[in-house]
Amino acid sequence: MTEIPLNYYLVLSAIMFSIGVIGVLTRRNAIIVFMCIELMLNSVNLSLVAFSAFYGNTIGQILVFFVIAVAASEAAVGLSIIIALFRNKVTVNIDEINIMKW
Amino acid sequence: MNFEIIFFFLIAISAIASSILMVTQRNPVKSVLLLIVNFFCLAIIYLILHAQFIAIIQILVYAGAIMVLFLFVIMLLNLGNESQLTEKMNHRKLLAYILSGVVLLEILLGLGLPFGHGLVSINSNAVEIGTVEFIGKSLYTNYILPFEITSMLLLAAIVGVIILAKKKFQ
Repeated sequence: MTEIPLNYYLVLSAIMFSIGVIGVLTRRNAIIVFMCIELMLNSVNLSLVAFSAFYGNTIGQILVFFVIAVAASEAAVGLSIIIALFRNKVTVNIDEINIMKW
Repeated sequence: MNFEIIFFFLIAISAIASSILMVTQRNPVKSVLLLIVNFFCLAIIYLILHAQFIAIIQILVYAGAIMVLFLFVIMLLNLGNESQLTEKMNHRKLLAYILSGVVLLEILLGLGLPFGHGLVSINSNAVEIGTVEFIGKSLYTNYILPFEITSMLLLAAIVGVIILAKKKFQ
């Protein structure tokens, strides 16, 4: 059996989640912001799989399956929203997309 | 320091490095490729955790389908010349770094580190749990309702994408 403790996986997941937060907060390109959200979803998936394997419970992996399905549909809908935005204002800079701001 | 821990650290460091490079990269296409590298590293970690089904799904769905969608949209919008978006705002960026550091600290404290969970070895039936047979059996018996709702979600996503992305009707 492996000797890697659970904490290592959780720390890796936390670091990747924080890098995703940095990307969402600092980048201005809408597509890269979207990719950072995918990175955050993946880091949560990692901690779910780690808990599932360490506690011997299958529910974590079932939840990861559903998270991946939701992430796929979310990526499709979000990218089509970006395409529709790009058609109206010819940019993906999220600072210039402020028509919903009052 | 046995072989497995060294291997884990190698994969973990490459995952973190590729995600940092993904965030700091100016060119969106390179950013997508680095994110694919990160997903492959995660798939290897899933294999270390004996989650074979999730590892394969990770490569098939994430690295295969979703990232191709991202690449396709980047090339459709022709964003190559827009890689130099004006990103000045140094005070806001500094605030963002501080907030992300606080988030990391909060997660680590929430996990109870440096003591954390006392678990040091994988559960003995983890090998059985990760197989396609086991996951499929519980997906089609205990979790049949969420599974069916997922199909409705995908249908709604398909319809929504077609309506959002098609040309405006007069």
